[in-house]
Amino acid sequence: MFTPEMLQSIKKVEATREARMGTEPRRMTAEEKSELLKAYHPDYRADGFAEIKIGPNKGEKVPAELGHLLHSNSRILNANIDLNKVDYDVDVLVIGGGGAGASAAIEAHEAGANVMIVTKLRIGDANTMMAEGGIQAADKENDSPVQHYLDAFGGGHFAARPELLRRLVMEAPDAIQWLNKLGVMFDKDADGNMVTTHGGGTSRKRMHACKDYSGAEIMRTLRDEVINRQIPVVEFTSAVELIKDDKGQVAGAVLLNMETDDYMVAKAKTVIIATGGAGRLHYQNFPTSNHYGATADGLVLGYRAGAPLLYQDTIQYHPTGVAYPAQIFGALVTEKVRSIGAMLVNVDGEAFMHPLETRDVSAASIIRECSDRGKGVPTPTGFGIWLDTPMIEQLHGEGTIEKRIPAMLRMYLNYGIDMRKVPILIYPTLHYQNGGLEIGGDGFTKAIDNLLVAGEAVGGIHGRNRLMGNSLLDIIVFGRNAGKAAAAKAKQVELGAMTLEHINDYAKELQKAGIESNDVSPLLLPKYARHER
Amino acid sequence: MENMVNVYFYGKKYSVPADLTIMTAMEYAGYTLKRGCGCRHGFCGACATIYRIKGKNELKTCLACQTQVVEGMCVASIPFFPTDKKLYDINDIEAKRQIMMELYPEIYSCIGCNACTKACTQDLNVMQYIAYAQRGEFEKCAEASFDCVGCGCCTVRCPAGISHPHVALLARRLVGKYIAPESKHLANRVDEINSGAYDELIEAIMQKPIAEMQELYNTRDIEK
Repeated sequence: MFTPEMLQSIKKVEATREARMGTEPRRMTAEEKSELLKAYHPDYRADGFAEIKIGPNKGEKVPAELGHLLHSNSRILNANIDLNKVDYDVDVLVIGGGGAGASAAIEAHEAGANVMIVTKLRIGDANTMMAEGGIQAADKENDSPVQHYLDAFGGGHFAARPELLRRLVMEAPDAIQWLNKLGVMFDKDADGNMVTTHGGGTSRKRMHACKDYSGAEIMRTLRDEVINRQIPVVEFTSAVELIKDDKGQVAGAVLLNMETDDYMVAKAKTVIIATGGAGRLHYQNFPTSNHYGATADGLVLGYRAGAPLLYQDTIQYHPTGVAYPAQIFGALVTEKVRSIGAMLVNVDGEAFMHPLETRDVSAASIIRECSDRGKGVPTPTGFGIWLDTPMIEQLHGEGTIEKRIPAMLRMYLNYGIDMRKVPILIYPTLHYQNGGLEIGGDGFTKAIDNLLVAGEAVGGIHGRNRLMGNSLLDIIVFGRNAGKAAAAKAKQVELGAMTLEHINDYAKELQKAGIESNDVSPLLLPKYARHER
Repeated sequence: MENMVNVYFYGKKYSVPADLTIMTAMEYAGYTLKRGCGCRHGFCGACATIYRIKGKNELKTCLACQTQVVEGMCVASIPFFPTDKKLYDINDIEAKRQIMMELYPEIYSCIGCNACTKACTQDLNVMQYIAYAQRGEFEKCAEASFDCVGCGCCTVRCPAGISHPHVALLARRLVGKYIAPESKHLANRVDEINSGAYDELIEAIMQKPIAEMQELYNTRDIEK
């Protein structure tokens, strides 16, 4: 499967392995990291960004592709939708069927609310399903929520919103317990102790996992629970705009049946945006580890309704996406591969960095190695760096890879690469949207007091970079909180007359700013179909 | 000139680059996928697919996102298949063999044809994990089925009408909740937090100026 150049480089990796085994590469100083990021992290490439021309974040930086969507037209600008014909009438409308949406729906249902999920693909078709490595929680003796706070705050460049980060770390152990009681099978030893490891930037081993199917195990359990509770889930139906009322509250959403192209109206006393990330917008032409529907829809419709964004200009590139073979280009290689011992090694067999720096630093370091330093391994699509997986079996014994990272082993074996015997080639892949819609500590947006956001669509929980294992955690913690808060809030909300006037207002703003677009947003699905004419 | 192969989507012939997966080949052919496409990386089971190589008898199942096209592939996707998922309250059931008899009695009608195992896109021993479920050996069932992505290819092929992924999911939830040993350190930490043991400490760190946080972060000790 490998090219002759790759095979030659593998020999060098093998030649240095023995000597590397006993060593731990030096961690970078704060100054080194700062310089590295400025020079090589994609967030610092000016040509990848545009300026937001209208709305609450006017004048701020945004990835060009997201900016384009914010500056595009509503899908229903001239659709003439009759809001008096209500198809669904609920207390809590959850938009999105991933981990955050499912957690929110379960808690809202538990609180007695009439709750419904709409999702443009199937429930569980979400980035949650693909999270491999694990979920953080400070539940060991040598650890504490305060230590977790410090790791996450520093790893996020001291930019996280303290009230959000506080909730994340303080409610983490309870989130794990909640999942465990729902029947999620965490990796435990015979005495019931959680098997925990490091992630990049953690100072304690607090990464809980379910082999390398952590997100899948969580998502399929949550989905099963949603179904058992008979919570309505309307699949293949996307929300294309929020509906507001004449008091400025949110009052539901206009839905689009993805298969029949029919519009429907969902009326709700509270709405939770849990639409996830944006990887399928392929910022700066990066491949992505994200699922098919990750197109930032919630950000677009929230922004159009007046909810501000926060840190929309910071994106996480996962340092280890697949660089080769082409069939799985951009797919995630879990950080757990490094947590359990694999080093990052260049074309000459040198371990050029500590394998567990934070993700932004690791990604920038790999990009530097492959560009200015000229130490990348050439591939048909660019360059890659070796992830020296055979080290794992040498360190922890034969069979470790099959037991701890079976999904990775299977993914590569499909293409004839046995990572137990040979190293694998990786390069950064577009992985996570650090920013999103701004919320307060209670989960509500500040602009609209019955609109909530949970999961990857939120900005500010992690600051300007996110640690491994804090995203699976955030969807559970903030999803649950949003469900509870929305259910309680729904009891007090009195809706006025429903309106889509904000869409017309937004269109006028665009016009005033001199923006003309032939495109519509939200995008809903990436345009991958090739048409010859 | 790229290396091309001929494939058939729902019987219609297309010439596509040989290094594509079935999924990307369909997009190359002009399909905009709605159903039958989820995570695109082998974790969600949305793209269950069935195919024969023209001229060969053997029927194969796979995930479209994880399978490279080959010459003569005659492909149909299975974007949805009706399964028989039983409803239950996880708090009201017990991890006893009886529960399988109550909820999924059809597993006892398994005729041992092994079509499920042959159909598994994850190479799991499906018939074996169903046998474990029949015997109430939930831990073994959970372990053997753990890598299931729920694509449902097993269910499509089962003459006994078993919905294998649902059986496995029940077994795993029983193991996770009732059979695996409890984590005492986890319960203790939840209690500590609920009793307010960390309230002052977290409040204190939230109030610290950034310069002090930077110093704390850069000099923190890291567990070996």
